[in-house]
Amino acid sequence: MASKESMELRGVIARNQRWDLIVGTVGLLATALGVIILTLLFLDLVLDGWRRLTPEFFLNFPSRRPEEAGILSAWVGSALVMIVTAFTAVPLGVAAAIYLEEYAPKNWVTELIEINVTNLAAVPSIIYGLLALGLFVYILGFGHSILTAGLTLGLMILPIIIVATREALRAIPVAIREAAYALGATRWQVVSDHLIPYASGGIYTGVIIGLSRAIGETAPVITIGALTFIAFLPPIPFSGDPPAGPFDWLFSPFTVLPIQMFNWLSRPQSAFHVNAAATGIVIIVATLAMNGIAIWLRSRIRAKLKW
Amino acid sequence: MSDAMTATETGGSPSSLYLDRIRTMRHVRNGKERVIEAILFVAAFCAVAVTVAIVAILLYEASTFFAHVSLVEFLTGTEWTPLFERASYGMLPLLVGTVVTSFIAFVVAGPLGFLIAMYLSEFAPPKLAEVLKPFLELLAGVPTIVYGYFALLFVTPLLQKIIPGLPGFNMLSAGLVMGLMIVPYVASVAEDAMRAVPMALREGSYAMGATRFQTAMWVVLPASFSGVMAAFVLGISRAVGETMIVAIAAGQQPNFTFDPREPAATITAYIVQVAMGDLPHGSIGYQSIFAVGLVLVVITLVFNLIGQMLRRRIREVY
Repeated sequence: MASKESMELRGVIARNQRWDLIVGTVGLLATALGVIILTLLFLDLVLDGWRRLTPEFFLNFPSRRPEEAGILSAWVGSALVMIVTAFTAVPLGVAAAIYLEEYAPKNWVTELIEINVTNLAAVPSIIYGLLALGLFVYILGFGHSILTAGLTLGLMILPIIIVATREALRAIPVAIREAAYALGATRWQVVSDHLIPYASGGIYTGVIIGLSRAIGETAPVITIGALTFIAFLPPIPFSGDPPAGPFDWLFSPFTVLPIQMFNWLSRPQSAFHVNAAATGIVIIVATLAMNGIAIWLRSRIRAKLKW
Repeated sequence: MSDAMTATETGGSPSSLYLDRIRTMRHVRNGKERVIEAILFVAAFCAVAVTVAIVAILLYEASTFFAHVSLVEFLTGTEWTPLFERASYGMLPLLVGTVVTSFIAFVVAGPLGFLIAMYLSEFAPPKLAEVLKPFLELLAGVPTIVYGYFALLFVTPLLQKIIPGLPGFNMLSAGLVMGLMIVPYVASVAEDAMRAVPMALREGSYAMGATRFQTAMWVVLPASFSGVMAAFVLGISRAVGETMIVAIAAGQQPNFTFDPREPAATITAYIVQVAMGDLPHGSIGYQSIFAVGLVLVVITLVFNLIGQMLRRRIREVY
């Protein structure tokens, strides 16, 4: 019964299936490319820099001699800046998200805030650096300090935390809220006793992703003028002579890991490039670990939550 | 209720004491609620304050810049040497550098991002997609300084083997790596748009005997077209604002050329270059980074608004 038409039809089907296979394979390869590049990037860094990852590398200050240079001031700076960033962005972001999700009336003010949050997320990070340079460094007089850098990065990751918290709140069924209201709880009691505990997993995820963005961010920190040779640590509270005040470290000059890496990368000698690669490994391990934890946390929450 | 009221007015009975206490409690509670709501509102309003602060700072510093430099020269001049003795303030070289690198990035990220989105949403078995997606997310989380290292010390030497005489700093390498950087972002926005297409449309297409590829191309893509376009536009906006990759790998010398093999500075790279030097606060060089920053904000804002408009449109169709 293989008439001419059915032969033709078979040809059409075979051709269509062939195309389907080709496009499917190309798609798979394109997606795998992401994995390949990530591996390549990491391998390239590790091959270039693993030999420098000695304990001394973490305990030495930067130096003119590449073999003796280390990242002590950089990782301490990064850690301190992250503390300021977290203390700025987390309370502000979570509070803003709670307001927008649970309190905000439908009016033009709310609309304005919503549009702002969406657009802030897309503002290039270097613009936050310009804001900080004009506002924190010169108008408020914080100088090129840990406080300035922490506040800048805090503002930068604010939209990330707001969006993550809102999504976590939105995922909580209305029935939970209604049950609490029915027992006479006020709005804040509902939020603080029921919604925040349920949303905490999602909030942690957002905070970790935000901080991992901040720890690797270079451009805004360069813009506030932090690219300097730092061979000392910020003052430890109540130590030294005369004793440092509890908040003196906030106003100390500093450097952070990505800046240190950029500094070494901009030098012509390849010995410094090795240091840059080693610093890159430290940064990438820190951010990938944070991202990994966040992704794992999210999948665990999704698996565990059954409303 | 009315009994209770009279009891309170006459006073003295135990039930009235009880009611009084409830009333004060409610009063305190309402006051506390209002204070909390006000605090939360202030936090939310910070988002607006940040935007206002950005615009105000940029406009303030740029306005003093434009008191010295004519807007026409700024927008049409082809020489950008604000730090030289004989300074000229035409920002076209920076703009061209930004356009060239962003274009190369788009050429990489557009097709790749689209393919990945189509694969993950239409072809991949759900189990495989679940494994691959976190990897893409990790790729998006790699700091741009590391991509910059990759561009300067891995991609450029590789390209130099293919294109002899390629300088150590060039826009090609920076653009290519920038493209790789925005692939995950383009893919995830485009995939969201494709997933939003109702299953019934696909089922209708499959029922007619269409293959997955035919369904993806002729049913899913047209239905999610504006969302895919939004992914492209938002991706370009990312590339325009990207800083470290271009500052490291493309060189920081303003160069009025469309040739991707040459070194050039972008708007963002110029800001980095000036910030690294120790320019006195209030000098014209210092103000110039706010002027070009203002241009950068306007460009990315336009792209973002278009992108968000396109993205919203897909949700209205069904």
